[in-house]
Amino acid sequence: MNPASTTLTESVSHVFIYIVALSALFLVGITATMIYFVVRYSRSRNPRPKDIHGNVALEATWTIIPTLLFLSMFYFGWTRWERMREVPRDAMQVEVTGRQWSWSFKYPNGKVSSELRLPIDTPVRCDLRSLDVIHGFFIPAFGVKEDVVPGKHNFAWFDPTELGTYDLLCSSYCGQGHPLMMARVVIMPGDKFKEWYSTREAASGPAHGELLYKTKGCIGCHSITGIRIVGPTWKGLYGSEVTVSTNGQTRTVKADDDYLKRSILDPNADIVQGFPPSVMPVQKDLTAQDVSDVIAYIKTLK
Amino acid sequence: MTTSEALEHHGALSYLEERGRYGGILGWIFSTDHKRIGILYLVSTLFFFFVGMSLGFLMRLQMLSPHGELFKNADYYNALFTLHGVVMVFLFIIPAIPGSLGNFFMPIMIGAKDVAFPRLNLLSWWLYVMGAVIALASLFGSGLPDTGWTFYAPYSLRTHADVPMAVFGVFVLGFSSILTGINFITTMHRMRAPGMGWFKMPLFPWALYATSWVQVLATPVLGITMLLIFVERIFHVGIFNPAMGGDPLLYQHLFWMYSHPAVYIMILPAMGLISEMIPTFAHRTIFGYGAIVWSSMGIALLGSLVWAHHMFTSGLSDAAATVFSLLTFLVAVPSAIKVFNWTATLYKGSIALEPPMLYALSFIFLFSVGGLTGLILGALALNVMLHDTYFVVAHFHYVIFGGAAFAFFGALHYWLPKMFGRMYNRSAAYIGWALLFTGFNLLYFTMFVLGVMGMPRRYAFYLPRFQTSHVIATVGSWIMIAGILVVFTNLIVSVFKGEKAGENPWGGVTLEWQIPSPPPTENFLEPPTIPEKAYDFEGAFAS
Repeated sequence: MNPASTTLTESVSHVFIYIVALSALFLVGITATMIYFVVRYSRSRNPRPKDIHGNVALEATWTIIPTLLFLSMFYFGWTRWERMREVPRDAMQVEVTGRQWSWSFKYPNGKVSSELRLPIDTPVRCDLRSLDVIHGFFIPAFGVKEDVVPGKHNFAWFDPTELGTYDLLCSSYCGQGHPLMMARVVIMPGDKFKEWYSTREAASGPAHGELLYKTKGCIGCHSITGIRIVGPTWKGLYGSEVTVSTNGQTRTVKADDDYLKRSILDPNADIVQGFPPSVMPVQKDLTAQDVSDVIAYIKTLK
Repeated sequence: MTTSEALEHHGALSYLEERGRYGGILGWIFSTDHKRIGILYLVSTLFFFFVGMSLGFLMRLQMLSPHGELFKNADYYNALFTLHGVVMVFLFIIPAIPGSLGNFFMPIMIGAKDVAFPRLNLLSWWLYVMGAVIALASLFGSGLPDTGWTFYAPYSLRTHADVPMAVFGVFVLGFSSILTGINFITTMHRMRAPGMGWFKMPLFPWALYATSWVQVLATPVLGITMLLIFVERIFHVGIFNPAMGGDPLLYQHLFWMYSHPAVYIMILPAMGLISEMIPTFAHRTIFGYGAIVWSSMGIALLGSLVWAHHMFTSGLSDAAATVFSLLTFLVAVPSAIKVFNWTATLYKGSIALEPPMLYALSFIFLFSVGGLTGLILGALALNVMLHDTYFVVAHFHYVIFGGAAFAFFGALHYWLPKMFGRMYNRSAAYIGWALLFTGFNLLYFTMFVLGVMGMPRRYAFYLPRFQTSHVIATVGSWIMIAGILVVFTNLIVSVFKGEKAGENPWGGVTLEWQIPSPPPTENFLEPPTIPEKAYDFEGAFAS
């Protein structure tokens, strides 16, 4: 079982051990009995079989006892789960947005981050929102999982008890970038968190562009290292010659401000050769300032 | 009297030799003989098993390294797991046992000449072939299939893959399944030989009876769901897509309302096969005949009421999750009853550990592992942790492969002498089983470990910390596939070149063992003698 890095995982692992132990007992019992019978009543040892049609008392025993055991398993699984559904009143709220293929986190003071940074020993409630298809909010180390369903207001909560960096994975298949849809969960000492929490990010320029890149989904498809993910890489993009298809005509354009702006706001106008159309969503929630900040960020990726 | 003498004596030909309206291949694909249709299903479902297995083999190769051993582009892996699921579920394991062994043996076991509607039976196979062709044609449409076999909305409504074509294929396949169900139910109600009362029926027909009801009642829901996806994609009506006012959870409810009972369509006939093989090789009657019959019906009923346990993390209401978890634990009871009765059937038997028996006993072990890990997944608190991880993949394969497919392979060893009148090589059968069993456990047990470690399913690439387990699982897949190749080479060779098997090589007492091997076209040369009780070994050996 995963290490108990939240208050929840510990109580859940008790249920796990209970069911696994009973199951192992059952499995060993049945298998041993089976092997014993096969050896004891082999045709050479026991050439004359006996037709035994049944035994009501036995049937009743092996109906009632398993039923009671199964009900006890249900009960423990259910009561521990009830706890997982009751969010403490003082929990900090973080809005988690999933989209193809990245995560972003919005804090009560409006701060937006591409990493889920949290203070230790503070319960947190994650409100899960999807902008497109179903994703899965899954932190294996915390035993936390809840689907992120478009149009639904799902949530998950936990109370981290150990410092460290953990993985947030997408557990619900969401397409090409599904296995790469990860984020870091960083559990920090309270004071360190406060310091980070109160720092304001740049509101314009390349630094703001970088934040948008990480939180608005660009990172899910466009690498900054030169490798191809789903869309073209941004490394060395600015000022390069790009072969595109515009209304079915193949042409070569220079990746300047105008080209990049059009590509962000109207992604299907020019389709870069070798990439399929209609994959990139239209960016509705970017302001003119945001767009020029993203372009400024792309300029820095030489 | 030997088989050929018996046939000669009655002037009857076996179903393999009898020339109907057409000769050659036409005599097979247009035959309405339930035995020939059974062989058609056997060949076609096994063909798709090998297709699905090859896809699975490639998936395991991809998992050798965290960055993907075969493909750097996730699209190809996504196509592999989608096709592996669709092929194995809809083209192999749902139709395999009822279509092949059910068609071939159920009428014989109840003393009938054929099924109630022989032409409908042939139509079912043709619908199966057409559904398969349509589903596979979707590959050559607008893009590689990438939805998973579950077609979850809204993703399946947005992807470039040819989803309408694929769901139409599944829709047609559904009809094949419904028609087979109707045919089998009618056959068992109307065609039992005089003296063959309901509670004298062997347990494989009983299991098919329970299965058929699930097929008839649950499959239409799949048909409707696939049609709704079709309508939403083509006419842009908002049914499942929240952007158009639809509800994605509605899709999941409808999908699992069929697809969970479908798991019982896969496993119930297999349980019937186990109930046939164990008495035959223990040479004694089944323990708790009534308990096994009623637990089949109980599984069919309760199994239809647990679908939402696939949705515990979807945002289902807490009350619904609680009820579905409770029902999930209850459906484990009839399965446990069966396991206890099978084990008790070994008591005071006279057991021959022939290859089919080895498969039957492995079934009990593997199915128990699958069932017990289902309890872990049914517990709400644990489901949250394990849902959508490799743990679910392992659980499913233990139940459906370790369960249904092991029973199917075992039954092929059990009935091949009856179907073709020839026996396979026993040593090769044992070697094949040993490789299959070892490889299977190495492959799928490792997946339980991966799931507990937090490895999500449907990942073309993964975090390096999972690599060791992935490599072990892939090595397991090689051993398992080697075993499967040995098993089927042995079986196929024996169909043509095996030694003559005789009428009743195992000393079975059900009706199929009273007739020649391979059976004559009309099944029974003279009206069958119906035993006093099903599985009456003392009566059979006293006479």
